[in-house]
Amino acid sequence: MAHLSKFSFLSLLRHGAGKAWSRQWRDAQPKAAYDVIIVGAGGHGLATAYYLAAEHGVRNVAVLDKGWLGGGNTGRNTTIIRSNYLRPESAALYEHALKLWEGLSRTLNYNVMYSPRGVLKLAHTHHEVQVEKRHIYANRLQGIDNEWLTPAEAAAFCPVLDVGERSRHPILGAALQRRGGVARHDAVAWAYARAASAYGVDIIQNCAVTAVTRDVSGAVTGVETTRGPIGAVRIGVAAAGHTSVVMAMAGVRMPLESFPLQALVSEPVKPVLPCVVMSNNVHAYVSQSDKGELVIGGGTDAYTSYSQAGGLYVSCETLAAILEMFPSFRRLRMLRNWGGIVDTTPDRSPIVGTTPVTGLYVNCGWGTGGFKATPGSGHVFAATIARDAPHPLAAPFSLDRFATGRLIDEAAAAAVAH
Amino acid sequence: MLLIPCPWCGPRPENEFRYGGQAHLARPEDPAAVDDAAWGDYLYTRDNPKGRHAERWRHLHGCGRFFNCIRDTVTDRIAGTYKPAEAPPI
Repeated sequence: MAHLSKFSFLSLLRHGAGKAWSRQWRDAQPKAAYDVIIVGAGGHGLATAYYLAAEHGVRNVAVLDKGWLGGGNTGRNTTIIRSNYLRPESAALYEHALKLWEGLSRTLNYNVMYSPRGVLKLAHTHHEVQVEKRHIYANRLQGIDNEWLTPAEAAAFCPVLDVGERSRHPILGAALQRRGGVARHDAVAWAYARAASAYGVDIIQNCAVTAVTRDVSGAVTGVETTRGPIGAVRIGVAAAGHTSVVMAMAGVRMPLESFPLQALVSEPVKPVLPCVVMSNNVHAYVSQSDKGELVIGGGTDAYTSYSQAGGLYVSCETLAAILEMFPSFRRLRMLRNWGGIVDTTPDRSPIVGTTPVTGLYVNCGWGTGGFKATPGSGHVFAATIARDAPHPLAAPFSLDRFATGRLIDEAAAAAVAH
Repeated sequence: MLLIPCPWCGPRPENEFRYGGQAHLARPEDPAAVDDAAWGDYLYTRDNPKGRHAERWRHLHGCGRFFNCIRDTVTDRIAGTYKPAEAPPI
């Protein structure tokens, strides 16, 4: 990798002694044409560009974004990483991502702060116990770590949990994926941007796509943007909540609905929560950032929207749920809350692959849980674009499954806490 | 929280309602006569527009009835609601 400046112990020493850091990626101006255009400079789009350059030798690539790099859902999610999905297709895809996470800082020469601190998924009812155990058995068959903890074992792993029988939502046990955890979301976008840029990829910010141009055969020829027309015979759309809008420009209607998903952070406190805790039953999940803030998420708003806000009462319900699990958090003040727009599919599984339009590829539908998939998503989407055929791990996630009926139902894994 | 004007009950807070997705989806007259793509389209494909959206709501914790609503999905402003058999007002 021809880096602008390589991070190492020596470079840290040198810069610590006063040498100024240089820019980590080029803020490029659009050229007239590229081999591939990626729409959306979030984690998935940037990762796609990186793997196109690094693994497929496709380096004449532009990544366009209507705003700033990583300013959408990449900077708005709760950074949870896990791979313990139910269906074999999903488990394989998310496990592919998790394996990439494990080596990502080294691969990209950038600390993405991947922290496998464990993801603990609580069961509050006998039904949940059965569902979680089914997930655990399915995961073991798939070779994915996931284990059952008794209430006492859960309390030993996460001492702040109230496992007393008097709690309003008694904890009957928990599923633990030890390799799950969190990563620094901004750093993931920066790392992929830096590594892709070093290969010659142009990252073009504040460049909204306004139209997709096509020739007489229907194949794509490029895009119109707020910064002028840009040509390309291959276009990969990784526009998350705005995928329906971009795909409509190419005449493709999608099985997607976009909902606001909100998150909050508390004021920073000393380490209190050693892992990620999720509860589908009370509709909330929480972890603690390295800065000490509690990072809290819940369910989506009820209605489709592009407002990036959502109703305050939804966040209040999430907080009420958190306090049921952790009464000791009662006095914490919340610093910020915000919303992101998530594109959800009918089966709560993503869509990655080719489309009815020649030269147009789509990577969307990650819904409420796309961050964890970032490296795997970019990796398989890059291969799909480079070969003009779905990567084997992406093949089951084709757009045409909504016509064939071969859905990949992950509603149980993803309905609330994806 | 949205303030939603139920055509029967008047304006009520959003948490009395259940969202019902895109309005005016027409079920094919004879499902056996359409191909898989058309049937999948009916079941799953949605307009998901950025802007004016015709959508169904149900006043679940009120009169219990379904109705339709025109809402802007960028501002979340509701332009109006109307009863199922009626045409969109705007």
